[in-house]
Amino acid sequence: MSDATEVPVPDDAPGPEPELLHGAPMSTSRGQAVVHPDREAYLAVVKALRDEGFDLCADVCGADYLSHPGRPLPEGVVPERFEVVVNLVNRRERRRIRVRVQVPATDARVASLFDLYPGSEAMEREAFDMFGIEFTDHPDLTRILMPEDWEGHPLRKDYSVGRIPVQFKAAAATR
Amino acid sequence: MPGLGDLNHNFLTGNLENVVKWARRNSVWPATFGLACCAIEMMATGAAHFDISRFGMEVFRASPRQADLMIVAGRVSQKMAPVLRQVYDQMMEPKWVISMGVCASSGGMFNNYAIVQGVDQIVPVDVYAPGCPPGPETLLHAIVTLHEQIRTGELTKRRQSSGAGAGIQLPATAAVR
Amino acid sequence: MSVPAEPVDRRGTSEGGQEMSGRSATAAAELRREEGGVLRLPEGPSLDPGDVNIEVSGEETMIINMGPQHPSTHGVLRLMIELEGETVLRTKPVIGYLHTGMEKTGEELTYIQGCTNVTRMDYLAPLFNECVFSMAVEQLLEIELPPRATWIRMLLCELNRVSSHLVFMATNGMDVGAVSMMIYGFREREMILAFLEKCSGLRLNHNYIRPGGVAADLPDGWREDVAAICERIPTRLDEYDTLLTGQPIFQERTQGVGVLTPEQAIALSATGPVLRSTGVEWDLRRDMPYQFYDQLDFDVVVGTYGDTFDRYAVRLNEMRESIKLIRQIVDLMPSGDYRVQDKKVTPPPRQRINESMEALIHHFKLFTEGFRVPEGEVYVGIESPRGEVGCYLVSDGSAKPYRMHIRDASFANLQSLPTMMRGGLIADAVAVISSVDPVMGGVDR
Repeated sequence: MSDATEVPVPDDAPGPEPELLHGAPMSTSRGQAVVHPDREAYLAVVKALRDEGFDLCADVCGADYLSHPGRPLPEGVVPERFEVVVNLVNRRERRRIRVRVQVPATDARVASLFDLYPGSEAMEREAFDMFGIEFTDHPDLTRILMPEDWEGHPLRKDYSVGRIPVQFKAAAATR
Repeated sequence: MPGLGDLNHNFLTGNLENVVKWARRNSVWPATFGLACCAIEMMATGAAHFDISRFGMEVFRASPRQADLMIVAGRVSQKMAPVLRQVYDQMMEPKWVISMGVCASSGGMFNNYAIVQGVDQIVPVDVYAPGCPPGPETLLHAIVTLHEQIRTGELTKRRQSSGAGAGIQLPATAAVR
Repeated sequence: MSVPAEPVDRRGTSEGGQEMSGRSATAAAELRREEGGVLRLPEGPSLDPGDVNIEVSGEETMIINMGPQHPSTHGVLRLMIELEGETVLRTKPVIGYLHTGMEKTGEELTYIQGCTNVTRMDYLAPLFNECVFSMAVEQLLEIELPPRATWIRMLLCELNRVSSHLVFMATNGMDVGAVSMMIYGFREREMILAFLEKCSGLRLNHNYIRPGGVAADLPDGWREDVAAICERIPTRLDEYDTLLTGQPIFQERTQGVGVLTPEQAIALSATGPVLRSTGVEWDLRRDMPYQFYDQLDFDVVVGTYGDTFDRYAVRLNEMRESIKLIRQIVDLMPSGDYRVQDKKVTPPPRQRINESMEALIHHFKLFTEGFRVPEGEVYVGIESPRGEVGCYLVSDGSAKPYRMHIRDASFANLQSLPTMMRGGLIADAVAVISSVDPVMGGVDR
């Protein structure tokens, strides 16, 4: 047991079918509860979670699984290139939950959580800036970290880190 | 500054030059250009324990028009680079630049798309202070080195002759109208 | 989604799309959303658009630009403020001037090197960044730390909390006008930094807390050093209390300025002193305890009005609580290993490299390739001086993180700036920004 928060996990052990929470498959990852709605159900699931008591949106971020497509996902969840990951906190019951929604590369759009959690505005802008994921109904979806006229989305796996060769005498880059 | 460069110094002008250089190096006023972690060490240098005031520099001028020295303290990102150049252009001659920390000197540990690899790509630098972050003692050493440069350098020496800086040619739009 | 962009004179800067269009160019629906959107409560009173006084045709407003280089912004924060006379209407914080690509760099560094990267995000509380990253890695590795390592982490984190709040006192005092606070705040900080330098070798960005424990044991004589700190700081805090808290000018400048209600704060994802100053009792050390905070006895400091003065008072008293915690930790510190003994994770002690071939190989592999972390994803959040700092770590089984995202407290706290500044004077904007205490390294990463 490492020195981190322990999230109460539902008592029924994961059987052949994944457990459903508000209609979306659930899984656990190192003891933390994760919900995997699909894009259409995403907003409804997050709204249901908020009504359940998860009133603090800790984090909204993106992830690009271009070079790791074979990640473990519960049955019934179709892996796509991008993921939007939302971490919510229930202050009354003192627990966290994570929502992971798959976003395809060809149609990288997902609903915005701004109307539910105004605090997700800057986080979604960052996900847009870094990955190119568009959030529909977002009030101001512009770049937030890179200059306005930057081309490309830096955190994508096919965007190089941009290292310049360092002028040492003989050494090539070791990493 | 034309004129004085080729003058043969006699007793009077030699001493005047020394007086001017003494005045210049003992009241170098820095412009606030703290960007990241090095800015905290710069503030600590200005605080009581290390006391930059004994060098006459505790007056951090916010307006670049009133400042002599720009201590670039911290990593310069792509978005900040034009701002840096604008602030440098607004400073009046004579002006100096200390590049504080490895991120300002060479990009530091961040060799990537977001950080300008060395602030001397943008402005000519007089003294580089290495460290991540450089402790206040290192910054004070850099400042004393700068004072030495001011003391020994000639009054009218231009940067082109000394070869300082990266020698970048900037397009006309970067200059302040 | 987008407001019409006005033609702009680009003087060599690429700031075009980051402009704020004038009030007349903004549709009524957008204005209503701005006034009602941030305040939109889940189950609170519904906002009747007829109640809100919206002037769409006002041409007397002026948009000014503060920053990114400005003595009153904490780091490189740019604010575009719409003013009507001296009253602030709307604000748009523009960030990104310190964006370092740390999350991308994190994917290129091994897990041992990761702390050097992460520690430079929130550079006033570097040990917290290292701690949250290390905790995330340890949770993915599913290893257990020896107790002494955790207690050392807690001790140093609480010391770091005090030093971070001292910088807040210094900069807040200076921004409000008490310039001597700048000198006092940094004076106490030097004691703590000297101790941290003894432990880790660096005054800032220590790279001391690493996955598996801490880098080295506490130095000899640490109890005396920490006792000296615990003795000096509370008396100085009382001095600052006398200097600032009852002072009429300070009170006038900070009381009632930058008010935030609890519902607004939670809706805007504010955490830490910003949230606690509104009256919400939410402190991760007590409510979702990590490490051994449940064995310690401390109070959670909560404000009442959510104004600038409350945020100052909350942080001042949090320093006192931290000193209380440090005293308890010193009494409870066990002996033992300062890092986990799993050879796959922590490097062997240097002397053993001369004796054992295995130790040499382990050392070599750890520092060239790094240790592999099993596949998975995890989110860990801890309470840093600014709020909840979290690390979302995805591993694909290799020696480098696949995706490392740090949830920074100041990034979320900055979103409450427009709400706090609305209706106030432009001179209060400075006080409000310094009360939020943003650290742009964490905001921009």
